[in-house]
Amino acid sequence: MNDMTLPDPAKAARVAPPAPLGMLAELTHRCPLSCPYCSNPVELDKRSGELDTETWKRVFSEAASMGVLHLHLSGGEPTARKDIVELTAHAVQVGLYTNLITSGIGVQREKLEELAAAGLDHVQLSIQDADADNADKIAGLKGAHSRKRIFASWVLELGLPLTINAVIHRGNIESIEALVNIALEFGARRVEIAHSQYYGWALENRRNLMPTREQVMRAAGTVERLRDELKGKLVIDAVVPDYYARRPKPCVGGWGRQSLNVTPQGKVLPCHAAETIKHLQFDYVTDRSLPDIWANGSAFEAYRGTSWMKEPCTSCPRKEIDFGGCRCQALAITGDPAQADPACSLSPFHAKITALAIKDAVADAPDYIYRRFNATPGNARVQITRNNAPVE
Amino acid sequence: MTDVSSDATPRLPRGVRLRRDEVRDQWLLLAPERVLHPDAIAVAVLERCDGVRTVTEIVDDLATAYAAPREQIETDVKAMLADLQVKRVLDLA
Repeated sequence: MNDMTLPDPAKAARVAPPAPLGMLAELTHRCPLSCPYCSNPVELDKRSGELDTETWKRVFSEAASMGVLHLHLSGGEPTARKDIVELTAHAVQVGLYTNLITSGIGVQREKLEELAAAGLDHVQLSIQDADADNADKIAGLKGAHSRKRIFASWVLELGLPLTINAVIHRGNIESIEALVNIALEFGARRVEIAHSQYYGWALENRRNLMPTREQVMRAAGTVERLRDELKGKLVIDAVVPDYYARRPKPCVGGWGRQSLNVTPQGKVLPCHAAETIKHLQFDYVTDRSLPDIWANGSAFEAYRGTSWMKEPCTSCPRKEIDFGGCRCQALAITGDPAQADPACSLSPFHAKITALAIKDAVADAPDYIYRRFNATPGNARVQITRNNAPVE
Repeated sequence: MTDVSSDATPRLPRGVRLRRDEVRDQWLLLAPERVLHPDAIAVAVLERCDGVRTVTEIVDDLATAYAAPREQIETDVKAMLADLQVKRVLDLA
């Protein structure tokens, strides 16, 4: 063996990737709400196929040992799992930072007390709008908003830190200031003003959700002003809408680079929409260990790094900054997941995505397709009243 | 910038954890959706933010421990605490 031999590029490319920082555990797809922008896939996992308690615990242990820091206990509604306290306690015990992402519906105060006692680090509560009636309409559940208010008061009484998460779309974009005020009123230290990202259910509902460019610009101005006014009191994190953008978002911090998702059935995904890329093969935690899937799983290797790229990404000085944007959005708009994200102004499909946004923002069809089990998009529609006339 | 009083007793609120990351061999400050990377001096400050010691006591302690000019340490510590307070990862009460 010659010491001077250069490393085989094929082998060099297989050097273990850096450890992921965060893991989203979709404990269940069951949820009392049916928000039309839900990030879950259109085909939801059934309860009968959900991982058992011991498997989730093993996955959390593996995640901690490989270097995951934040564990997002999500769903669906994660508290719909009967073992949520046991799972949380285990995650805390193995050193993970535990974040409960909840609708706040169907959670008894006793359950929240048990979670707090188990060492839960943080609660993230969704709200749908500042106006209770419209919020309930978006969530597809009457009375949801007022129950969230009670839940938030328990979170505070138990001394748990609270983030309010509001997904922004045409039906609530004019209420951003009121939503931030609710976050303050609820005692949150942090609020996420997260513009809807168009995958899964949100893609099905794009014409019901897309705001106009003018609304998006105004919203950005409002967020900037509030950030300044509330400095030191409330942290405002914004997720920007990308159909009107010039640069793509560095989706999930780069494919297979910082984070991973585990579905209720134990399928491991690089992001929550990855299953829309049909040629990818995903591994299950019941077949392989989490570190093995992360390092060697074919779905993770498919778009990790930059070697899969085409022009305009290949020669782009930003390719290590935004990693070509989002693979799922590239697929959804261009038909090819290896294309540059069309949100990028350098993409040949950029004009198409802008045109889609402009068309949908004035589309005359404000009837949500609610997130449901076995709902074929196109069925299960409920007529709602549009409360914001388009600006254009 | 927030004015940090010398009498304040800073502490990390629930939901913010100073943690040694053995996998990456570094110190971390974990907060909701945030990972901060404190340097050795910042770790020394944060370890003293127990909600009991005042800023004055923390500065005195550090000046002794690092044999450094007290005035400089006070300026640096207050700037750091103010910055963390704005990020809502530290309570000054």
